[in-house]
Amino acid sequence: MPKLVIDGKEIEFKQGQTIIQAAKDNGITIPHFCWHESLSVSGNCRVCLVEIEKMPKLAIACSTTAADGMVVHTASEKALGARNAVMEFLLINHPLDCPICDEAGECKLQDYAYSHSVGESRFVEEKNHKDKRVPLGPYVMFDGDRCISCSRCIRFCDEIAKDPELTFVKRGDRVTIVTFPGEELDNPYSLNVTDICPVGALTNRDFRFKARVWDMSANKTICQGCSRGCNIELWVRNNQVLRITPRLNEEVNSFWMCDHGRINTFKFINAEDRVDGPQLRKEGALAKVEWEEAYNFAASELKKFSKNEIAFIGSPFATLEDNYLFAKFASSLGSKNIDFIRHTDSSFEDDILRKEDLTPNSLGAEAVGIKPGKDGLNLEGIIKGIKEKKIKALYLIEDDIVAAYPELEEYLANLDLLIVHATNFNKTTNYADVIFPAATYAEKNGTVVNFQGRVQRLKPAVSTVETDRAIDGMSMSRLDKFGTQYDKWAQGAKYDAKSTWKIIAALSNVLGNKVKFNLAEEVFNEISKSINSFSGLDYDVIGELGAKSKLQTSEKIVNA
Amino acid sequence: MAVKKRKNELTFLERIYIVEIIKGLSLTLKNMFKPKFTMKYPEEKFIPPASYRGRPVLVMDESGEERCVACGLCSRVCPALAIEVQAGETTREKERYPEKFEINMLRCIFCGLCEEVCPEEAILMSKDYELAFDRRSDALYGKDKLLVPISQLKDRIEFLRGYK
Repeated sequence: MPKLVIDGKEIEFKQGQTIIQAAKDNGITIPHFCWHESLSVSGNCRVCLVEIEKMPKLAIACSTTAADGMVVHTASEKALGARNAVMEFLLINHPLDCPICDEAGECKLQDYAYSHSVGESRFVEEKNHKDKRVPLGPYVMFDGDRCISCSRCIRFCDEIAKDPELTFVKRGDRVTIVTFPGEELDNPYSLNVTDICPVGALTNRDFRFKARVWDMSANKTICQGCSRGCNIELWVRNNQVLRITPRLNEEVNSFWMCDHGRINTFKFINAEDRVDGPQLRKEGALAKVEWEEAYNFAASELKKFSKNEIAFIGSPFATLEDNYLFAKFASSLGSKNIDFIRHTDSSFEDDILRKEDLTPNSLGAEAVGIKPGKDGLNLEGIIKGIKEKKIKALYLIEDDIVAAYPELEEYLANLDLLIVHATNFNKTTNYADVIFPAATYAEKNGTVVNFQGRVQRLKPAVSTVETDRAIDGMSMSRLDKFGTQYDKWAQGAKYDAKSTWKIIAALSNVLGNKVKFNLAEEVFNEISKSINSFSGLDYDVIGELGAKSKLQTSEKIVNA
Repeated sequence: MAVKKRKNELTFLERIYIVEIIKGLSLTLKNMFKPKFTMKYPEEKFIPPASYRGRPVLVMDESGEERCVACGLCSRVCPALAIEVQAGETTREKERYPEKFEINMLRCIFCGLCEEVCPEEAILMSKDYELAFDRRSDALYGKDKLLVPISQLKDRIEFLRGYK
């Protein structure tokens, strides 16, 4: 392999790589604004200027191809001088209102102003003014003053979202970014431009001014928007999820995620209709009861039905652990009527990230036994059974069957028993006799299987009544670490909810089947022992980036 | 029992007592007629100098609005985590304003770092030192209690400018 020397360190590189890429692969970061690993090279910010021996002038590391025997200096006097000059130049027209700017704290320009600039401006003239607070699209706000014209957003739309919507107009110091006439920045991936924008020029309208980045904790988990299972971070302050950002995983989503996942998959966690504590229907109305009472009631009611009168509906929104114990619970009652509701939308799929299966774990649910047993009823059979009053009891976890099959609404009242695990009240819970409050994906440990058959970890980010940020290993911000019960900013809403597998395990114990699991990890270990597709996997192997299971990648799912 | 010896033996005059007591009483008498320093608080109030760090307040400018832009630096720098700021968006030129600004006066240690870090000269240490509560919730000062017209804070601003 060819070699080059950067700052006295000899590194190997692949033929054709640029200097900045070769350096990055070897853990050396050369400062850059406009260069992005997944985008084409533009070379306009000039901050990656380095000195290369035997070259007459400084060269930009992002577009200079590395050559064998090259000797590169990134911190020589000449290179530092040039970098200082570039920073001073960029800061001439950039407003100095970091206190107001929402990017402060995660701003590349702010960071570089500290690390690569002399920290003083010789510019005494009035700064340039451009349009501020221009909504470029439904989710993105643009501030012309702050833009340093790096063109990352333009290249993103052209190359990744494949929907050219943005362009530069004007010249010199008046250059600014606009959408093409009649166009809006409304492609399904538009919010990624706010991540790659190195300054605060493009901001997320959904998150703007909600919180300072240093007040939040970032929790690594998996997006629930579709079966892609993009790796994400949940940003939490005061036990509230405030935004989602994508997390790099080259196997799944690279640097990106879609706007649907980013905007629509976290608001229910802190919504007002969360189920808080178990609910029993008493004289027609739901009333909050103790867990014990709910378990005892559900167990005694379940015993009243024969195995053919009960049906179970698992959930592609629940984790592997939840579905595994649910399937086991159904078979312990002798029932073979078990299936789950598929949520698909072929218009949602594209050839970038989005998949037509709108659930994070349908492959996994099926693999751990949420499918009808021999002679058992499938979903259609169960629905028919309910309509014909053959099915008298229904146990449904983390789904809304009425929303999926509105015609079923009038028949649900026919059921003698409807037990539901729900995170939020919905159309199905209106008919439930027992509601167990289920923890949302942001409140529990677990695993999901994406469309590639890749097993990925969910980790808790929001604490419930029974969990604790520190003990349960959630990431902690400064406020989390030092808040007490007397501080308003540490009193965010906590719901009395449990992971579905915990509820099932407790219910099984009341029914006399000994199920002893303390952690989701123990449930997963049993899954990996008993189901061949998951053999050899455990939480450590899965890690932060997931691991491939032996499951075949999903076939086209027929719309149910 | 061993008798302890004095370091310096008393002289005869000291030993007869009367001379020493007259010396002492004359000092007391002299001070009785000097000007008094003791204040009859709370009838009489102490007005601190401009350098005094009383409770932190938010500056309300001439237009009746707060100067604060809710950047959250005071909240970040506060070693006692006494300050909570929630920003909101406004159509005014400064773009952001504090929707909520709360100082927990039970946590505040009057260090003045919030004042020092503020880029907008929007939070100042006032001369107010009368802070007693009988409920924890009373110690949470919201914008209603924190906002003080700039006219009342002139000498602190002057002091700070001279200091910086």
